[in-house]
Amino acid sequence: MYTASLRALVDELGKLPGVGPKSAQRIAFYLLRIPSEDALRLAEAIIAVKERTAFCPRCFNVAEVDELCEICSDPSRDAGTICVVEDPRDIAAVERTRRFGGTYHVLHGALNPLEGVGPEQLRIQELVSRVKEDSVREVILCTNPNLEGEATAMYLARLLGPLDVRVSRIASGLPVGGDLEYADELTLGRALEGRHDV
Amino acid sequence: MSLFRDTGIVLRTYRLGEADRIVVMLTEAHGKVRAVAKGVRRTSSKFGARLEPLSHVALLLWRGRGELDIVNQVEVVDQFWTIREDLERLSRAFSMLEVVDQLAQDQHPDPRLYRMLLRALGVLAERSSNPILVAPAFFLKVLALEGAAPILDVCAACGRPEAEGGLVAFDLHEGGALCRSCRRGRSMSAPALALMRRILGGELGRVLREPAPPCAEEVGQLATEAIESHLDRRLRSVRTGAAL
Ligand SMILES: [Zn+2]
Ligand SMILES: [Zn+2]
Repeated sequence: MYTASLRALVDELGKLPGVGPKSAQRIAFYLLRIPSEDALRLAEAIIAVKERTAFCPRCFNVAEVDELCEICSDPSRDAGTICVVEDPRDIAAVERTRRFGGTYHVLHGALNPLEGVGPEQLRIQELVSRVKEDSVREVILCTNPNLEGEATAMYLARLLGPLDVRVSRIASGLPVGGDLEYADELTLGRALEGRHDV
Repeated sequence: MSLFRDTGIVLRTYRLGEADRIVVMLTEAHGKVRAVAKGVRRTSSKFGARLEPLSHVALLLWRGRGELDIVNQVEVVDQFWTIREDLERLSRAFSMLEVVDQLAQDQHPDPRLYRMLLRALGVLAERSSNPILVAPAFFLKVLALEGAAPILDVCAACGRPEAEGGLVAFDLHEGGALCRSCRRGRSMSAPALALMRRILGGELGRVLREPAPPCAEEVGQLATEAIESHLDRRLRSVRTGAAL
């Protein structure tokens, strides 16, 4: 059967999200087959990311250790506008739109009472401090358009309401290129609510 | 292996792989069902919004040999908008969903529990209803359904009627209300006792239409402790919900 080292690799791979035992086995044998330098590059990339990457002390995006992230350290970004997201990967999604020139704040999750995730488990206090201390004009709530994301947005809207800042929520709407008749009720309902003058 | 239809209430969902979710539902005829909803996390999926916790849906499910069913079609019966758009109502709804998730058994039909949950969510969704008592009343009713309703007419420990000094404490391990000499657990006011009696005595509808009395908070704590002690487990959503 397997050697001890191969067994260990399969076990570790199997812990990765979305990787089942079969895939773990397949990846392990793939790594066994490829040239050593290719496999080592992967190992070094893992080590490097663990050693050199941390979270930005201001917005909690990924950043080099002890440094502000790329966006927070970019002087051309408008620090007066904060787009609040659940996950660092959401930043990449918003950046791809090329429609946003402000900064971000990563909550690292969304409120989920059934999983025991409350406000203290998220980077919410840090957001409130930023809004109070830096001269922030607008906070855009860009959490996921699902139950947890909406609950988080409602909570933040209430929390930030008394502060002197504009709070907005991204509109939910229909996928561009889609047909109205195939839209689900919730999305279409939200799209109607979020309508704007033309 | 077959297709079957049912209606259900989504209790919770969790991520599976890249874009799928496992949806846990209480259905009317098939008890608690776990089913895979494929591709729901993609923004283009129209299943997605329909299969969120709290949604009341009509389903077409595929049951194969595996542990999980597969969602084939979903139609929305009710999304409970008023609950979703109000944090306070939402956190109370979550606590009811958590209790049902704990109690309901996989593929073991429990139509009474299903109807009870549906009714409670319906009341919670009425803008005119006062949300404070809905979840505690639901907990007490669920205990009664489970044959574990607290004893409230006599002392649960010594059996003496209330007249001799009154029932002043509450401990579900003892079975319910306790008199002065048997007192243990948490103390209980006379109005709270009276309100719990009304809830369990067939006056729930009327109680929920009245403005919440001052003892509503106390009844909430008593009912939460009682259901937690019955489940032998703390309710996450009650704790987290309190922070909202
Ligand atoms: Zn940053
Ligand atoms: Zn007694």
